[in-house]
Amino acid sequence: MTEMSSDGFLQAIREAKEGRNWNAFSQHIAYFDYLGLDVQDKEGEIICVLPKNKKFIGNPVLPALHGGIVGAFLESTALVHMMATQEVTQLPKIINITVEYLRSAKLEDTYAAAVFTKTGARVANMRVRAWQGDRNKPIATASANFLVS
Amino acid sequence: MAEGFDISQIQGIIDTGIPQCGDIGVKVLELEDSGVTMSVPYDEKFAGNPVSGVLHGGIITTLIDSASGMCIYIKLKKYIPIATLDLRIDYLKPATPNEELRAYAECYRLTKQIAFVRAVAYHTDRNDPIANSVSTFMMRSTKTKPLNVQTAKVGDNS
Repeated sequence: MTEMSSDGFLQAIREAKEGRNWNAFSQHIAYFDYLGLDVQDKEGEIICVLPKNKKFIGNPVLPALHGGIVGAFLESTALVHMMATQEVTQLPKIINITVEYLRSAKLEDTYAAAVFTKTGARVANMRVRAWQGDRNKPIATASANFLVS
Repeated sequence: MAEGFDISQIQGIIDTGIPQCGDIGVKVLELEDSGVTMSVPYDEKFAGNPVSGVLHGGIITTLIDSASGMCIYIKLKKYIPIATLDLRIDYLKPATPNEELRAYAECYRLTKQIAFVRAVAYHTDRNDPIANSVSTFMMRSTKTKPLNVQTAKVGDNS
């Protein structure tokens, strides 16, 4: 994966949106590729999947995914949601994120979806929720602010 | 150096017992009574911005979460199971590509149930941070045995 121009990247985002080919994001963002991030479009709702992988384990005894990976996945889901649903003129910059860990994340596929609480001219605030088997039993939630312009 | 643990012991636990830390190359640099310093090398496969090559926040989160948990063991001078309850990170400025990232974490308040931790991520100067974090941890989150007793079974990081 080589560095690309800002215009080239924005063009790639536009093309991904036109074709609703959300997995194109992972082809351009190296860390998404490391996560194996799979972006699914379920009846118009964007759902990100973090595939089960032993390299994400933080506690081998339980075993449980590393809290950092869970936080990273929530942050990535927020970014995907923003790029997929908003008109972006630059890669949105994260200002801060607060992750609440609710249950231990098992060595299973993990899902996450984001919603906007506010899309301002300069800052977007989002809530993200991650779950495994049962969507009604979230393993973690996050609230994040992004600088959008 | 803090009593109870030494760096090679902690590094051994990380390398063999915490696959995610081993996979991204987390190293323990310093153990002090006040806190712990850990690092992760720059790797372009962890970039979050394809234009600038700046690391994704997720790597910073993992490093900070790891150092934040570790500093509780250092403060306690023993291992007990803990779990992150919440973690807030403020991203103050982008990390510089090709530079090692460090995190310093200190547990500034410890109660029977909860540990309160603050941490900073930086390149060379703690006073010039890339990210600032506060987090809380639940103490005795599970009844599992200490990692260093169990690590023999965990060798496959791939």
